[in-house]
Amino acid sequence: MGGSRIFRRATLALPLLAAMPARAADRLRFEALYAAWGVQGLTFTAEAKALVGRPTTMLGFMAPPLRATADFFVLTREPLSMCPFCSSDSEWPPDIVVTYLQHSLPPTAPSEVLEVTGVLELGSFTDAETGFVSQARLRRASVRRA
Amino acid sequence: MRSALFGLALLGCTALGAQAQVIYPIDRAAILAGSKFDFKVEFAGVVDPSRMKVTVNGRDHAEALGRGATFTAREDNKDQSAVMLRDVRLEQTGAYEVVATDGTNTAAVKWDVYAAAEPRRAKNVILMIGDGMSVANVTAARILAGQIEQGKYKRLLTMDGLPRMAMVGTSGSDSIATDSANSQSAYNTGHKSAVNALGVYASRAADTLAHPKVETLGELAKRKLGMAVGVVTNTEIQDATPAGVFAHTRRRADYVPITDQMLAFDADVVLGGGSASFLPQSVPGSRRRDEKDMIAAFRDKGYVFADSRDALAAAAEQRPGKLLGLFNLGNMDGALDRFYLKKGSVSRFPNQPDLTEQVHAALRVLEQKPEGFFLMVESGMIDKFNHPLDWERAVYDTIMLDRSVKVVLDWMGTREDTLLIVVPDHTHGMGIVGTVRDDVQSEQMRDKVSVYAEAGFPNYPAPDERGYPPSVDVSRRLAFFYSGFPDYYESFKPNLEGVRVPAVRQAGATAGPFVANERGNVPGAQLRIGNLPREAEQGVHTVDDAVLRATGPGSERLFGFVDNTYVFRAMAEALGLGRQ
Repeated sequence: MGGSRIFRRATLALPLLAAMPARAADRLRFEALYAAWGVQGLTFTAEAKALVGRPTTMLGFMAPPLRATADFFVLTREPLSMCPFCSSDSEWPPDIVVTYLQHSLPPTAPSEVLEVTGVLELGSFTDAETGFVSQARLRRASVRRA
Repeated sequence: MRSALFGLALLGCTALGAQAQVIYPIDRAAILAGSKFDFKVEFAGVVDPSRMKVTVNGRDHAEALGRGATFTAREDNKDQSAVMLRDVRLEQTGAYEVVATDGTNTAAVKWDVYAAAEPRRAKNVILMIGDGMSVANVTAARILAGQIEQGKYKRLLTMDGLPRMAMVGTSGSDSIATDSANSQSAYNTGHKSAVNALGVYASRAADTLAHPKVETLGELAKRKLGMAVGVVTNTEIQDATPAGVFAHTRRRADYVPITDQMLAFDADVVLGGGSASFLPQSVPGSRRRDEKDMIAAFRDKGYVFADSRDALAAAAEQRPGKLLGLFNLGNMDGALDRFYLKKGSVSRFPNQPDLTEQVHAALRVLEQKPEGFFLMVESGMIDKFNHPLDWERAVYDTIMLDRSVKVVLDWMGTREDTLLIVVPDHTHGMGIVGTVRDDVQSEQMRDKVSVYAEAGFPNYPAPDERGYPPSVDVSRRLAFFYSGFPDYYESFKPNLEGVRVPAVRQAGATAGPFVANERGNVPGAQLRIGNLPREAEQGVHTVDDAVLRATGPGSERLFGFVDNTYVFRAMAEALGLGRQ
């Protein structure tokens, strides 16, 4: 299942990447993703909303993933020592960014800072394969060590 | 050799287990007369119902229990039969023997059904849980909040003045080592359960919500006595200890079903963190997997809703019939962070109430209830800070619990109609060995650990008007160590930048061992090789007794050593429950 998905993404990604403007992606800090944190939820900043659909670079950490290689991982503001995928007792922090990779990747060290560039997408989305619900995503992302 | 023998022993158990029925409630269960429980017999294989027989005190179970149990030939579509009868009530006290046979194999259990010996003596019951609060947590709280000079404390803790004390055994039906779900379940139902289970016996059912349920004190108080119920915590309100008041699930992590069960339970006061499980999934911050807006659902049921310290104070003064207060998406911050260090989520949630204010608000609402109330209060972050070996944060929240006990005692005043129990649900292993003295010259921090005469006394500043020393960053501090730990760097210093993270998963690994967090490798730190399995990323609960303190009608039964299920019995009997 994972293989066909990677293939689908790879074929889709090429023309879309070509359509992207040939300038550097905008940078978005984790702190600038959400404007307000409240008991009744979080709201995105104007800065984040302005970047929707555009190539965006974020710095963060790869949460311990489910599988040894993944085309999908969770980018976090702080390194997570535990894997909320694996442990029923640990929970995800609210300000996470689900990252869909162009090419699958082995997991990196929990404390390693990653620079992730992809097309920013905001709003509730449920991953069809894992059922994972996210509010912010980087699509067709590439990753390099910061 | 040893492992081979061990393997044989396990095989032997499996073979025996494959033949014997399992009966719930389990052997030696003490059951409050008139309380509801689900009766279940699990057979190892598919049985012929014509050969199967289940009796209670020698009579067919349908006759003895008033209704026949439902027979399922293939439970969970497996080759295993079961009988289940929901909501059984036994009104007659005394000894019961339940025998179940499939025609070949027979199993039996004995139950003791009891009732209060005396009519109701307590109008109200207040159960205050210091989650994971161990003796060294309390001693350190007394040193920091009470100060000690020449061996004598200047002030004692409020809980030190409670007249009754008992050691509590916290083991579960499955293991000597318990968790907060299992232990709170014992306090709240009087039945033993298993790790991760709340208000149920841990059966083999695949569905976490299908296990045999047992009634909680909160449910009994509402159903039998028309009492009000309050649930107050500083963790997520779905966490094991608050959920133990009303929830029924095999899996404590069922936060969304637990939130839905909370609405159905209809407590009068619900105060804590954990709004994430109330928000529709389309709202950023939500943990739900549906579009239900549970805050709106509570409002529709008549709850006044407060989302901050100020809103809580205002709501409490209105004395609403029902009050819901949620003050953080996740766990609320502990006292050390909220008042002094401003770490954790304090900058995002700057207007969180203190547990003392939550207790005050709960009492304002509950004291107007004519039939009395059952209030469960948890200082839950004690445990969540003991786990990552962050003793200062755990101790500040122990002081916070003590301050909350004072709020309750001040409210009680001279009234003698309220049973108050202050108790941990389980312990962690830890001890204070002396002090860490920065005036000792050494590059290795461990050389600054001073014991016996060299320890002297710590130099924490005097507590401020809130009751806490305003700083933990002092030059002669407590040398406080945990007994069970993963690999980690011991810094011998407080963690001023946030909660300690002792161990992290090995670089690049999705599974496999945890290793010491290199961020802790500060100058002078000592690498401690863990004594727990490498799969442990933090400290663990211990099997050591928990120390209970109590006052009020019914508390005189709590002395010496008591099983955790007996704490339920003491509360139930103080309320006169079980009497015809």
